[in-house]
Amino acid sequence: MTKELKCHKGIGDKVQGIALVADDNFSARYDLDRKKGVFSRPAHKLCGESYHDKILVLNTSKGGVASAWMLHEMKSRNICPKAILFNTANTILAQGAALANLTMCDRFADGDVTKLIKTGDEVIVDPENGVVTVLNG
Amino acid sequence: MAPRFDEIGDLTLKLTDEEKAMLAGEMGAAKQWAIDHQVKVGGMFDAADLVPVSQAHMMADPESLGEAGGDFLEDMVAKGARVAIPMITDPRGVDLNHYRPLGQSEEMATLERRMIAACEKMGILMTNTCVNYQTIMPPVLGDHVAYGDTGVVIYSNSICGARSNFEGGPSALAAGLTGRTPRYGLHLDENRQATRRFVVREQPKELTDWGVLGALVGKLSGSYWEVPVIEGLEVVPTSDEAKHMGAAMASFGSTPLFHMAGITPEAPTLADVGGDKLVAEEITKADLDALRAGFGGKGDKIDVVVFAAPQLSIVEMQDLAALCAGKSFKTPVIVCTSPQVYPDATRMGLIDTIESTGAKVLEGTCFYNQYAREIGEANGWTRLLSNSAKIVNIISGYGYTPALASMEKCVASAVAGEIV
Repeated sequence: MTKELKCHKGIGDKVQGIALVADDNFSARYDLDRKKGVFSRPAHKLCGESYHDKILVLNTSKGGVASAWMLHEMKSRNICPKAILFNTANTILAQGAALANLTMCDRFADGDVTKLIKTGDEVIVDPENGVVTVLNG
Repeated sequence: MAPRFDEIGDLTLKLTDEEKAMLAGEMGAAKQWAIDHQVKVGGMFDAADLVPVSQAHMMADPESLGEAGGDFLEDMVAKGARVAIPMITDPRGVDLNHYRPLGQSEEMATLERRMIAACEKMGILMTNTCVNYQTIMPPVLGDHVAYGDTGVVIYSNSICGARSNFEGGPSALAAGLTGRTPRYGLHLDENRQATRRFVVREQPKELTDWGVLGALVGKLSGSYWEVPVIEGLEVVPTSDEAKHMGAAMASFGSTPLFHMAGITPEAPTLADVGGDKLVAEEITKADLDALRAGFGGKGDKIDVVVFAAPQLSIVEMQDLAALCAGKSFKTPVIVCTSPQVYPDATRMGLIDTIESTGAKVLEGTCFYNQYAREIGEANGWTRLLSNSAKIVNIISGYGYTPALASMEKCVASAVAGEIV
């Protein structure tokens, strides 16, 4: 059954992919091994998981002004998530998404997005219209 | 990607005639990229318009930019980019006077040189510091600025009363080029009121205590959009103490602004920031000890001791030199300070005193943004000890096991080769 989630207008192109979800936060600088394309901070709930081509679904983005450049750098090597969905994005990741043309949305009408979407769900993210569709929701 | 001029009328973000001309490309391709970027970001955060800013501060280190970022900056130069307002830089990733001994490669240095050249061509002042509020030009109350480095932003907002969001590198550059930034977040009065209220029951005594307090407040607040107000402090922090507190808070919580009732400029009283209407949450010695407990303990072996994040002020350099005098370190020690402090510290004999122990003082870098993973691998460093609550929070992502202790204990531990 398809489920439609409303969110704030976001950044980037409409994309479709498989969700990787955790009730945790995100920093491109501190949480990732960007060369390997995996989460690397031991305390992170997705530690060891590959984020390549995934629709990442996390709580909020943290710290690190460098993350803004890093999304652009990750995208240039094509080892990058397809999109990132947050309950609340901080400014830096939104700025990074704008530079990298990476799809990003936040502020979901129906509550905690990390509960609304499960790892493995196939989702379509439409940032222009602020809609995320869960195809098997 | 060229913006579609016919869309301007549909934007909620209002542009002046000059800004519309920028977006249409009439003022060059670089400014067009910059304002297009600002319109996109402003759109996500419902900015009503752009606000003029007096300064921009950009993080642009080679590790985070990579080759792609280097190409991007050079493309901006080719498009005629030139900053419209004073623009300064955060620490570099390579100290060009000392990189091979650290295990940094010629490739890293080459990328660093390319970036410096591109920034200089745009008219950016290469200050290479995250303590610009101590050494360059502190912003003033109500001053709208576009700063990168979360530690710089939280200090400038909280201690100085300036107004800045966290501006990632591209956005800081965009602000430098247009002289503006989207008016959202902390540029607006309503987002500067407190949303969490903490009462401190244990008084901080030295730098690391302030860092741990900041870390805990950040961890409890936990979002860019929360503004903590802190009461119960019986002492006014020094600039260095507030620096460590803010940097740790921003690191643990993505927090860009805090108030201290009766201390910081926007909170002469708790009520001035709406704190009187919030439920008070206590911070006790046990809470602070619990946070510390996650970062090493007596007898733990250490591979490297780092004093950085933020860069050391001249006063911290003096304190460190006093602790170093006559000592010899078993463990490698790295100290990062700004290019403004470094020559003063040299002239005053502080660098000689610190380096006589075997420590190395780096100029214009910060440990965590200078290829920390590669440096660690090259030197076999995994167990890192620091007095910075910020660095112990962030460095584990680079493969380190971090430990935290006061400056005094860090020095004694470097002598002993293990945590004392």
